[in-house]
Amino acid sequence: MKNTVEIRWHGRGGQGAKTAALLLADVAFKTGKHVQGFPEYGPERMGAPITAYNRISEDEITVHSNIYEPDYVVVVDETLLDSIDVTKGLKTEGAVIVNTEHTKEEIMRHLNGYEGTVYTVDAKSISMKTLGKNYPNSPMLAATVAVSGIMGEEEFLSEMESSFQHKFAKKPEVIDGNMQALKMAFDTIKKRRGGVFLE
Amino acid sequence: MAIRERLSGNEAVAYAIKQINPDVMPAFPITPSTEIPQYVANYIANGEIDTEFIHVESEHSAMSATVGASAAGARAVTATSSCGMALMWEELYVAASNRLPIVLALVNRALSGPININADHSDSMGARDSGWIQIYAESNQEVYDNYIQAFPIAENKNVHLPVMVCQDGFITSHGVENIMLIEDDKVKAFVGEYEPEHYLLNADERIAVGPYAVSNYYMETKRGQREAMLNAREVILEVAEKFEKMTGRKYGFFEEYRMEDAEYAVVIIGSAAGTCKAAIEHIRSTTGKKVGLIKIRVFRPFPEEEIARALANVKAVAIMDRSEMFAGTSGPLGAEVRAAMYQAHAKAEVVNYFYGLGGRDITVSDFERVYENLEKMAETHTAIGMYDYIGLRQ
Repeated sequence: MKNTVEIRWHGRGGQGAKTAALLLADVAFKTGKHVQGFPEYGPERMGAPITAYNRISEDEITVHSNIYEPDYVVVVDETLLDSIDVTKGLKTEGAVIVNTEHTKEEIMRHLNGYEGTVYTVDAKSISMKTLGKNYPNSPMLAATVAVSGIMGEEEFLSEMESSFQHKFAKKPEVIDGNMQALKMAFDTIKKRRGGVFLE
Repeated sequence: MAIRERLSGNEAVAYAIKQINPDVMPAFPITPSTEIPQYVANYIANGEIDTEFIHVESEHSAMSATVGASAAGARAVTATSSCGMALMWEELYVAASNRLPIVLALVNRALSGPININADHSDSMGARDSGWIQIYAESNQEVYDNYIQAFPIAENKNVHLPVMVCQDGFITSHGVENIMLIEDDKVKAFVGEYEPEHYLLNADERIAVGPYAVSNYYMETKRGQREAMLNAREVILEVAEKFEKMTGRKYGFFEEYRMEDAEYAVVIIGSAAGTCKAAIEHIRSTTGKKVGLIKIRVFRPFPEEEIARALANVKAVAIMDRSEMFAGTSGPLGAEVRAAMYQAHAKAEVVNYFYGLGGRDITVSDFERVYENLEKMAETHTAIGMYDYIGLRQ
């Protein structure tokens, strides 16, 4: 388990946090990793809080439990911050990534004193600019890859482009927008790190 | 070359069905197995396979139609979970006693009530006496491999019994993991064409299926089913050996993990075995304590002598049940393993744990505590009692 990155996603039913976790598993799989992507199921309905998980490793993964001490937490919907302790168990050397238009300082007030790194990504505005609709998944996926360093930017973007070409074979006009969304989110994280991003 | 993929457990079973292209699949949707008939229906709609999909109005009808198709001479499959299988109850016994080689993909889920959609083994354990062969999986890879092996086991002329291929609901059925798929032509060759011996659509041989049996005949029929179940042992191992030659992946009645020198052992079924393996690696690397695991793959026929032998040298054993049977002694796996150990005059301390009911999670640290308890039991020669719980709120 030493070489395993563990990620927990918080979202609301219908927003695609589960899809994002599966997409991350997909892209990590394509770069040769062992992956797990799985949702935690309850009586789901639109808008209810949901949790999804990823384990990504160089080695075979046998653990089949949920993740209680993640390396990274991704919050797709910031309205969850007041009802769910999203940083519970999150490693202090890890990071939380929140989809919000608010500043990092404003968000930190809702994180129960989490001492690790906090990243904010305005996925809604990125999505509106690039796709004309609010699909926060792609930007949050890119931000997660950028923060966790699971793979390099170029490798990630090229794998995603071929996924989109397959997925959107019947509507190629959305591929450019999705790729733009990924790049913008990746750049957001790079800027937060003072322009330094180590591949 | 095998195909490196990432699939959920449900996708893996559906993919195996596509590769096998069975004649008939009647099915009725129920969480968490719904995706299996859904994906198969897609394959059929896309013209990738020509399986006859029968839309039915209930699981009772799903198994009835599967029984009918199988009796007619077709290779027939279905999939279900939980209350869906409970509604098949009557037909499960009909399928087994008529010696029909049906393959059922069971995605294990708790039975009501309270109503719950998550994993436990109460559905299949409740059906353990129905005369079906039961094969369980730890991972998506295993459920795929088991599903393919189920056909040559079920259809073997010395067996002719239905097989339930079980996996844990959501944990593997909806979890995406790496998997190695086998090429279509190899799967087809491994499973072979189904050539039924006696079947209703054979114009040259008139037979009756499912007639009334008076007391003079009923008991011998049951003895015959037992004989078939006994024969299945050899066939299961033969099929596993052939499968290993094809894929390099080794299967038996159970997997022994780090048991060669183990003093403390867990006996468990299903996906939690993988979590236990991580605990074993951690304990061995940090403390050097000799801990091991037996993961049951085949629950029916139950490999009692082999299990007793595998546990002959351990000091303490935790048998872990993911279903209740409200007995004073244990859960269903506990009862089987204890009986096997008693018959073999085993000396180890034994405790039975209930865990994971209705999807209650079990973690690496839970297993670490299990092994700590086993060590204490071996030192003091006192068991906690016949049974205890993991993860139960007080």
